[in-house]
Amino acid sequence: MAVGMLTAILSGFVLAILAPGLNRMVRGGAGWLLALLPLGLAISFASHAPLIASGNVFSESNPWVPALGVDLSFRLDGLSMLLSLLITGVGALILVYAGGYLAGHPQLGRLYAFLLMFMGSMLGLVLADNILLLFVFWELTSISSYLLIGFDHERAAARSAALQALLVTAGGGLALMAGLLLLGQAGGSLELSTLLLQADYLHSHPLYLPSLVLILIGAFTKSAQFPFHFWLPSAMEAPTPVSAYLHSATMVKAGIYLLARLSPALGGTDAWFLSVTTVGGVTMLLGAWLALTQSDLKRILAYSTVSALGTLTLLLGLGGTLAVQAAMAFLVGHALYKGALFLVAGTLDHQTGSRDVDRLSGLFRAMPITALAAGIAALSMAGIAPLFGFLSKELSYEAALRAPAAAWITAAAVTANILLAAAAFIVGIRPFVGKAVPTPKPAREAPPSLWLGSVVLASLGAVMGLWPALGTDGLLSAAGTAVLGETVSIHLSLWHGLTLALALSAVTLIGGVIVYVSRGLLRRLASRWESLGQFGPARWYELVLLGLNGLAGGQTRLLQSGYLRYYLMIVLVATVGLAGATLATRGHLVKPTDWSGLHFYDVGLVVLILMATMGTVLARTRLAAIAALGVVGYSVALVFVLFGAPDVAMTQFLIETLTVILFVLVFYHLPETPALSSSLARGRDAVIAATVGVLMTAFVLIATVVQYQPPISEYFAEHGLPDAHGRNLVNVILVDFRGLDTLGEITVLAAAGIGVYALLKLRVGKQRGTASAARRSELAGGVDDASLPIANPMRKEGDVP
Amino acid sequence: MATLLAILIGVLYAAGVYLMLRRSLFKLILGLVLLAHGANLLIFTAGGLTRAQPPIIPPDATALPVSSADPLTQALILTAIVIGFSVLAFALVLFHRVYQTSGSDDPDELKVGDR
Amino acid sequence: MNSLILKVATRFMLPLLLLFSIFLLLRGHNQPGGGFSGGLVGASAFVLYSFAFGAPETRQALGVDPRGLIGAGLLVALGSGLLAFFVGQPFMTGVWGQLDVPGLGELHLGTPLVFDAGVYLVVIGVTLSIILPLVEE
Repeated sequence: MAVGMLTAILSGFVLAILAPGLNRMVRGGAGWLLALLPLGLAISFASHAPLIASGNVFSESNPWVPALGVDLSFRLDGLSMLLSLLITGVGALILVYAGGYLAGHPQLGRLYAFLLMFMGSMLGLVLADNILLLFVFWELTSISSYLLIGFDHERAAARSAALQALLVTAGGGLALMAGLLLLGQAGGSLELSTLLLQADYLHSHPLYLPSLVLILIGAFTKSAQFPFHFWLPSAMEAPTPVSAYLHSATMVKAGIYLLARLSPALGGTDAWFLSVTTVGGVTMLLGAWLALTQSDLKRILAYSTVSALGTLTLLLGLGGTLAVQAAMAFLVGHALYKGALFLVAGTLDHQTGSRDVDRLSGLFRAMPITALAAGIAALSMAGIAPLFGFLSKELSYEAALRAPAAAWITAAAVTANILLAAAAFIVGIRPFVGKAVPTPKPAREAPPSLWLGSVVLASLGAVMGLWPALGTDGLLSAAGTAVLGETVSIHLSLWHGLTLALALSAVTLIGGVIVYVSRGLLRRLASRWESLGQFGPARWYELVLLGLNGLAGGQTRLLQSGYLRYYLMIVLVATVGLAGATLATRGHLVKPTDWSGLHFYDVGLVVLILMATMGTVLARTRLAAIAALGVVGYSVALVFVLFGAPDVAMTQFLIETLTVILFVLVFYHLPETPALSSSLARGRDAVIAATVGVLMTAFVLIATVVQYQPPISEYFAEHGLPDAHGRNLVNVILVDFRGLDTLGEITVLAAAGIGVYALLKLRVGKQRGTASAARRSELAGGVDDASLPIANPMRKEGDVP
Repeated sequence: MATLLAILIGVLYAAGVYLMLRRSLFKLILGLVLLAHGANLLIFTAGGLTRAQPPIIPPDATALPVSSADPLTQALILTAIVIGFSVLAFALVLFHRVYQTSGSDDPDELKVGDR
Repeated sequence: MNSLILKVATRFMLPLLLLFSIFLLLRGHNQPGGGFSGGLVGASAFVLYSFAFGAPETRQALGVDPRGLIGAGLLVALGSGLLAFFVGQPFMTGVWGQLDVPGLGELHLGTPLVFDAGVYLVVIGVTLSIILPLVEE
């Protein structure tokens, strides 16, 4: 490609960073300006479409983490091309639309930024050839979706919808990551282009089934398949341009994309067929039914999107040339009409102040352009010739008729399509016909920015339906080739002759009209079943969330008792338990036999340390304890002297001196405090302490005998003088070989020093009040709370002046 | 000698842990120091003990004689001692402030803010 | 503490100890010593001084705020590492040069020594900024 794919993806992110500033500079028109990037990208992609259509594949690769086999490798084939065109083309329209929809909104710049960030992520997702790279972009789309749904973050509903979408899709993302890694392990490569070539090997691999299940969970959560579909209607809390872009045209297609992309490698097995078609079919029917029970325009569209995603999943589950052709055509057709209808819904909301279908009527006169776009899109959705929706529906009927269990699948598809046709009439035609009723805001035709998107998308649907040969055939063929893994050529045409599929289309249309007319009855019927909803997956989600919070709270109460020694005990007992168990099962317990080379002064020294340690523990006064501790420290320094560590010994002597000084400075003036623990507690603690001690002794004994790795000191021993010009190797290691560690260490030292200084010196409130007030405020934790968070919890009520 | 030191390390750890479990911040800090001694000796012993041959290249040699002590463990311990000192100083001064604020040496008195 | 003997002794000890600390720092690369122990000896000298004369006079004798020493030390250490960039080496690679000093012979001088000096300053700074305020309290 003329413009590298990496550049194309990154450009979205770069512009995202610049967007808020640009929005401030160009008041009002920023959307038009920003749309130039996706438009340019779309043109750039489109200019390569003929090459792709004739069977070329572009790829590029830049090393990223070569050690893990992760490269920035991208691949542009028919499928990626199709989606890239959707992402950039629709993206351009959406940016323009957003500028009109949220004109004057103080956070408009942020919306632009998120939208562009999403566009970059989504482009990366469909172009990535490395599955880990794909996963990274997959998660980025989830995050940008989260940010966009929660755009109006001051409303609780928006926040919880955003969180719900994130938890469901990112939870699925975790499954996906595991699945992709398993797949990569099974196939021995992380590159899609390699994996897709070894279908037979993968199918017989023991990791096939686990990786398939995990990947499907990822795809199903992202593409709102039952039982994960509930997040998509909730996501309608997002501003309408976001819903049109992410939650109908592009992001929710990511799961579909993944299924399509991986179907050459994973598809074609019974497991694939059964799980994907079943889930797809159920979702298709459920979504279509639920769409009819709604009265909010956006929610109708959301559920119909769920249904459409179900149809796509179903088709990909069926596999085979015809089904894949149908899926590709439907993917494009759906993006066109659903995007248009979403934009219309947003425009209606914006211009009339309502998006309740029961309160909108007769708007054709006031908003003719919008009405026209809405009408065309709705007819396309209902599958009426000669629009593109007709073509794709025709194809899917053909595929259903040839599928295994054709009767069931066809019946399901016809039922869903009847319901969706009715929904299309409700959304796209109902508000514009009939008698005009007063709306919250007096209806007026929208400005160009608000009708451009729907008009372009709707007319594209019409043009591509009338002249399917207009580039679509080639592109869809290339996409189909990518999905099937073998060359196919798709020829769409309006007239197939008097086929069964045509008859089914007619049935669908008539059924749709009947359902539309009797929609009131259906809504009443549905309202009786509404109570069923509380057993639905949305409720499961709530319960899981509640349970999780409860669990977190419970374990916090259990583990965070507020008593320091219980924290310590938990840590110690867990350590002793785990390490002890490992030692007991895998360790070779070493008998203490190494009594060699023992001098009398060694024994004397160790006995001295033992006695001083006991003295520290048992001392009755603080000063005695400090003195005993000093003896321990100096004696340990002597151990270092005896065993050839003069540097360490010297440091230890000096530090010990300073330690004793510090202890005395801090504790000299404090009164003695009584022992508080009961003898029972002391006994318990002694047992814990003794176990820890025994474990540590065992560790040392093992460590002195077992050697897993050759020591690296030999390197230092050889290179110390020639390379580092030093004879004292301890110092050479400290300042040269491991100098970076030492730099870190002195930084820690500096932090400790400054921390101590802050603890002692910072006195907020010293300036005001009398000296005694200042003293009291200092006693009450008057240290600056920001610099010392720990001071705050310690503040007791009575102490505050 | 390693065995003797292993026992000593065990005792230092045990004493340190025992002191840290007391209801006294002063003893907690004492325990911390004992624990640090134990840890330093542990690294020292685990690296292998060599009597009286410091890791310094003699003036007439260009590389360290094989019988010398391991310089790496010593560098590690040296670092640990100094870091341990700064941690100790921080702990002591923190205790100092806590005592000024709450007038108590008992950690249980401080758990108001921990819930 | 108000002891004449201590005061007199400390007056002599301070320069001696400081000299000794610098001696430790400089010989550290070849003999026991180095920035850590040198710094600790230097800090101890001032701690002793503060016991004899009190913290304010010690600060005067020191001439700079101990926190300044921390910052200076960190900068010196970091700067010694950055020098490697000028000869096209990775961060913290030792850069060495030779110096012929009449009477002393050849001297090897390198950035690790500068780094050690940074350590020395940080250790003095940290120790004193901990202990001097406590002495003042």
